[in-house]
Amino acid sequence: MASIFQGFGAATSLSSSASFDTKKLQFSSLRSLSGKRASCVVVRSGGVKMDSDSNRIGGRGDQLVTNAVATKVDNPAASTASKPGHELLLFEALREGLEEEMERDARVCVMGEDVGHYGGSYKVTKGLAPKYGDLRVLDTPIAENSFTGMGIGAAMMGLRPIIEGMNMGFLLLAFNQISNNCGMLHYTSGGQFKIPVVIRGPGGVGRQLGAEHSQRLESYFQSIPGIQMVACSTPYNAKGLMKAAIRSDNPVILFEHVLLYNLKERIPDEEYVLNLEEAEMVRPGEHVTILTYSRMRYHVMQAAKTLVNKGYDPEVIDIRSLKPFDLYTIGNSIKKTHRVLIVEECMRTGGIGASLTAAITENFHDYLDAPIMCLSSQDVPTPYAGTLEEWTVVQPPQIVAAVEQLCR
Amino acid sequence: MGFARVIHPHTLPLLADTRANPIATPSLFLGSTRTLRHTLTHTRSISSAQRRSVVAAKVSDVKLKPTTNLLVTKEEGLEVYEDMILGRVFEDMCAQMYYRGKMFGFVHLYNGQEAVSSGFIKLLKKEDSVVSTYRDHVHALSKGVPARAVMSELFGKTTGCCRGQGGSMHMFSAEHNVLGGFAFIGEGIPVATGAAFTSKYKREVLKEADCDHVTLAFFGDGTANNGQFFECLNMAALWKLPIIFVVENNLWAIGMSHLRATSDPEIWKKGPAFGMPGVHVDGMDVLKVREVAKEAIGRARRGEGPTLVECETYRFRGHSLADPDELRDPDEKARYAARDPITQFKKYLIENKLASEAELKAIEKKIDEVVEDSVEFADESPAPSRSQLLENVFADPRGFGIGPDGRYRCEDPKFTEGTAQV
Repeated sequence: MASIFQGFGAATSLSSSASFDTKKLQFSSLRSLSGKRASCVVVRSGGVKMDSDSNRIGGRGDQLVTNAVATKVDNPAASTASKPGHELLLFEALREGLEEEMERDARVCVMGEDVGHYGGSYKVTKGLAPKYGDLRVLDTPIAENSFTGMGIGAAMMGLRPIIEGMNMGFLLLAFNQISNNCGMLHYTSGGQFKIPVVIRGPGGVGRQLGAEHSQRLESYFQSIPGIQMVACSTPYNAKGLMKAAIRSDNPVILFEHVLLYNLKERIPDEEYVLNLEEAEMVRPGEHVTILTYSRMRYHVMQAAKTLVNKGYDPEVIDIRSLKPFDLYTIGNSIKKTHRVLIVEECMRTGGIGASLTAAITENFHDYLDAPIMCLSSQDVPTPYAGTLEEWTVVQPPQIVAAVEQLCR
Repeated sequence: MGFARVIHPHTLPLLADTRANPIATPSLFLGSTRTLRHTLTHTRSISSAQRRSVVAAKVSDVKLKPTTNLLVTKEEGLEVYEDMILGRVFEDMCAQMYYRGKMFGFVHLYNGQEAVSSGFIKLLKKEDSVVSTYRDHVHALSKGVPARAVMSELFGKTTGCCRGQGGSMHMFSAEHNVLGGFAFIGEGIPVATGAAFTSKYKREVLKEADCDHVTLAFFGDGTANNGQFFECLNMAALWKLPIIFVVENNLWAIGMSHLRATSDPEIWKKGPAFGMPGVHVDGMDVLKVREVAKEAIGRARRGEGPTLVECETYRFRGHSLADPDELRDPDEKARYAARDPITQFKKYLIENKLASEAELKAIEKKIDEVVEDSVEFADESPAPSRSQLLENVFADPRGFGIGPDGRYRCEDPKFTEGTAQV
């Protein structure tokens, strides 16, 4: 369904039919990078294939989120009461999405530690157990491997469970079930059983939570064939992705971030479901493509402010779909800017950035004017000390420096 | 009392020796944990000599009296017999085919354990679920999966029950509710718990009032030391799930003797520790297994919760066709071979006039034909073509993502051909 939004502040809003204006793009590639290397601009002619909705499943154009949410998120309090929609925090958005789906389909159920009476360690499931009962919002004992397996068995028999890991790190204990059964069962059964589970939970580096509670499991799960991974970053996409994940017949791992649960945003009153496989254009630009997801989106947007002041025009894309990558949105951007910076919270080795670098090199090598830069967390168990923890993840000054280097 | 008594290895064979007539040693499983614990302790304190003489008296009793209280009718008996013969002949054929190079990899055969499969699964409805391990051919066959489908799967053909994608260790059937087939031990038990959970959910949340589907989880003695086993015992008892945990204790996990791996080898005792009845049954005797199964399945259907059943059984062949089987004592093998469940049951049927030699021979012949036909069918079936490679990875193939050209990758013709790079 169409969702047209007026962007706030300085962000440009594009129409929901999601086609980049061909003329606009070709002209902009002729514009030189501000103040530098004007002689080296290469004009790309006709290489960009514009989208045509006709041959795609489900009219993806309808659901592409096209407004740049940069300033919206930076100034949550600035949203005025006269705008349509309602304001809420990210964890409430997740709950809203979850509740709507539970209302819609009686087979949707939740299981995890403390999801019922306690309301969830981050209150995502608050109020659901009194409403739907203890069996539909199931408080499990501390047995991740087994209750994840239980969710998978239930899914095979027709239910649609949402399995919550109290912290994503705990899902390491469920790796056996996630890899072998979640990922593989549909295939090894010859397509006879489907596993429509959603595995979700808070992850990422928080505020001095210590090494084991600050893990980024995207990299560990990404190789498992048969699962999809998405990361939410705003209340809007949190609700939309939650709903999409629940409705999907594939097993989906939804990565939430501990520090983003209290983000506030105004979201529409009408029902909407986002597309699991699509990336989100956060801020269109011309000079460099910055690919990011989850919490790093905010570090990137903070760096973007500095960069804009310095005269750069970064294009920021929240990739959202960690597996599979939306090569279309990413590719279109690269074809426009020819420079890529990946900013992620994942570890350097074998992380999402590493896979993304490989995918981009394979598919868009010809369009690159500079090597792909990837800023990831250090390959270090997250230290407890605040100062050390800060240096483990990518900070905005590093992003600014990287863009400056890329655009030299 | 003997609750805390250490069981010395040499006492176990004594328990195993009670090859009583099924009627003589009635099932001790009365549905109550307390009674069970008490009764079994009491039994153990009787000396072995006394026990054998008690048994002997019962056996002679039965010979004199006419058979008025048999455990199976003729129909049921023949059904069970046919199922056991199917299991045995099929597995023997698998061995032949393996050595002829028709099937590959790890193949785990069920010879000797047929009483457990037939004893339990023949009591189930089609909607009940069975979850197994890698030793799953016979569980699938007992549940109703056609021999052709299983044999084709083993040969890796598209007509196999899993389109050739699963193999020996991954037998699935949505139609017959066989939920696998798992290669790692223990990983099927949570899946079975989930199936049982769904049954309870259907009854209580979706209000399908007559949903009383039960789930059977089969696994071995080695698995009974695994965390997933204990975690699921806890959850099943906690929520009173309609599941029966069936331990096929064949005393060996490849080359690891159960006694060397387990602090307390009596697995049935672990049931009461979690709040469910634990039963030990002679797994070489299909009628005893059937009696226990009836009670356990009845409990589950009535919503009284799970049961842990330990079946003492034995595999006549090695762990898999690749196992040289050198560690097991030939005497032990001989002892169990003498208790072959098929021979025992055949004897029972004939002695109790439930069937004649000729009828049983006819069944055996029929099964021979079924199995040979399945081999022919599998031989003639086509191997999967390349186009099958990328199917079934995702239930919703949009999961492969959006390609650089803006279309979903699953729309790319290379996907249907199986040549795309994912």
